[in-house]
Amino acid sequence: MTLLAVRELSASYGDFQALFGVSLEVAEGELVAVIGANGAGKSTLLRALAGALPAARGRVEFAGRSLEGRAAAGRVALGLVLVPEGRRIFPSLSVEENLRVGAYRGRPGPWTLARVQALFPILRERAREPGTNLSGGEQQMLAIGRGLMANPRLLLVDEISLGLAPLVVKHLYEALATIRAESTTLIVVEQDVSQVLALAQRVYCLRKGAVSLEGVPARLGRAQLAAAYFGT
Amino acid sequence: MAWLDTVLQGVLLGGLYALFATGLSLIFGVMRLVNLAHGDFSILAAFLAVVAVGTWSINPLLALVVVAPLMAALGYALQWLVLDRLLGRGMLPAVLVTFGFSVIIQNGLLELFSADSRRLNPGGIETASLALGGGLAVGWFSLLTFAVAVLLLAALHLLIGRSAIGRAFRATSDDDATAALMGIDTRRLHGLAMALSLAIVAVAGVFLGIRTTFTFSSGPDRLLFAFEAVIIGGLGSLWGTLVGGVILGVAQTVGAKLSPGWGVLTGHLVFLAVLLLRPSGLFAPSRRVDS
Repeated sequence: MTLLAVRELSASYGDFQALFGVSLEVAEGELVAVIGANGAGKSTLLRALAGALPAARGRVEFAGRSLEGRAAAGRVALGLVLVPEGRRIFPSLSVEENLRVGAYRGRPGPWTLARVQALFPILRERAREPGTNLSGGEQQMLAIGRGLMANPRLLLVDEISLGLAPLVVKHLYEALATIRAESTTLIVVEQDVSQVLALAQRVYCLRKGAVSLEGVPARLGRAQLAAAYFGT
Repeated sequence: MAWLDTVLQGVLLGGLYALFATGLSLIFGVMRLVNLAHGDFSILAAFLAVVAVGTWSINPLLALVVVAPLMAALGYALQWLVLDRLLGRGMLPAVLVTFGFSVIIQNGLLELFSADSRRLNPGGIETASLALGGGLAVGWFSLLTFAVAVLLLAALHLLIGRSAIGRAFRATSDDDATAALMGIDTRRLHGLAMALSLAIVAVAGVFLGIRTTFTFSSGPDRLLFAFEAVIIGGLGSLWGTLVGGVILGVAQTVGAKLSPGWGVLTGHLVFLAVLLLRPSGLFAPSRRVDS
């Protein structure tokens, strides 16, 4: 079943147009990778889907419902949740409070404070500390955990591995596999291609704000990917 | 003993100042909005109480049951219709617009209620006092004011520190764009913060109106004292606000004891001294977590 259908989506930051008619589909239970070079429009796409950026043109349907005119907060209530680029942990809230904020307008479901803390034990150990005391990788865990607290049907994860050590990234991808096993659908945006392609069922490559390649990772050759990624 | 009495009066007066200050610092904390009409809203509430008392012949303290929700509704509406459009464009637009509110409220009150000074009469409690022995006595009403201030601050402290809505207030204060991504309807939340702020200042206004006479133009002084209490105590700390109010109250009563004209001046001097020596206030939290 199609959970998310995006047709001819365009979006701009003021006068600068960053997305040019992007179309994509995500089925329930899938993990879809969105890859592309810096400035290809990956984060813009996620922000437009989450309602953080108004779509200039195009249609977005989520679970059969148009998202037009629905602000970010309302999309969370439907089960569409973004883990934003740069983690965006709330500094005046403790680790646990950051998690609880995630459940502010969430839906009921499998993800509770205890489940999230079991997935990322560090979030229990340091529950009372300010969220921003955590290291970069731990903050990424907190940001993902905070998103899960809303019990999303579709979790959008932006630049999951940016600036993190390889071992931490590996740990985060193991967590993504666990999350998918809970039948949460995921869109993961990455610049670092190798990790995400090992896990994703399908991949979209963006270049200059448009889809340059779509396919199943195992069936795509390196040369084909490189051409779509770099535009040679 | 006379001095001890003076200090005690100042402490109790400080409770009232803390009430004025709390609403001001709440909305500044949640949405970085400086409300220059804060004092005028308190006077508006006092006049609403005058009307309620005149209409139903009730005790002004009882009138709060009507006046506080009315002011809360006004706060929500103003935030929703006007003030929320000004956020995210720097301090100045909100300062100008709330200054406009201040002018509108003062002139509206002048038009409706004339320039006569008013006072709310709670029926005897304002003159009754409690003897503490050794020649010391405190007014029941001053005690009540202080107790209400402490209770309201404690309730607000719990609300902000422990409840889901309090977490949402703090998250929105940190980063409203990300708060929206967490499902927090920030516009509604801003409305709630303003409603809470004006409900608290309504309580402060009615207590002020029982304590002393007021006119249509009494608001700006209240705003000034509220600012001073917030800055002495340190922004973002509720108990700091109480201490700031108490310090200001004591400074004013001690100053007035030295010479009747010095009360307000001494308050200002203490405020300036704090601003000079500890610009972030006495109790400013570096990063508040477990409030």
